[in-house]
Amino acid sequence: MNVVYFAWVRERIGLPSEQIETNATTVADLVSELSAKEERYAAAFQDTSALRVALDQELADFSSALDGVREVAFFPPMTGG
Amino acid sequence: MVVRVQSEAFDAGAELNQFTQTAVGAGAVVSFTGIVRDTAADDMRHMKIEHYPAMTQSAIEALCDDARSRWDLAEVLVIHRFGRLAPDEQIMMVATASRHRRAAFESADFLMDYLKSRAPFWKKEVTASGAEWVAAKDQDEDDLARWTQD
Repeated sequence: MNVVYFAWVRERIGLPSEQIETNATTVADLVSELSAKEERYAAAFQDTSALRVALDQELADFSSALDGVREVAFFPPMTGG
Repeated sequence: MVVRVQSEAFDAGAELNQFTQTAVGAGAVVSFTGIVRDTAADDMRHMKIEHYPAMTQSAIEALCDDARSRWDLAEVLVIHRFGRLAPDEQIMMVATASRHRRAAFESADFLMDYLKSRAPFWKKEVTASGAEWVAAKDQDEDDLARWTQD
């Protein structure tokens, strides 16, 4: 699946997006998997209460299932307006 | 409904005039324009706004649909910029038109609250000493709670 990052999450991980092969069933599982992979992911995902997630461009929760999801986006709380 | 996500500057006055002409049957038009603050105290050189291109347009359209389901609106306009903006530049605008003023005022207020924390934009302030992401405020979530209480 395609995983995209925005704002300081993108800066901390050092990539705007990447293709990831995963068997994670929920967003939280994917976060654990990425955090275990490398320190920069662990740093970015240290406090998930400070993060938001979107699945296929719709806001979701960290407990949301990844079945059939093509794109996961991680970013800090939005600051529009 | 007109939603435009763009890097180019816009003329809020001209947009409002055109919006008013297209809002047939409306007796009230309310608009809000957001401007990059120019305060000597924070020494900001410019602001950079990042967004999630695949999501931004549809997220804003969904917010406008929500506003239209809550109030009887003749027309809705949202323009939001991204990219590099200098102090005093217009960042975004919202306009709503309805038969009576209350719906126009309330729906514009509602859209602003939701655009602030549910539209995928992130602001970064660039100053002489570096660059900082603007943090969302607890107040932003409190503002949303106003619309879900009753």
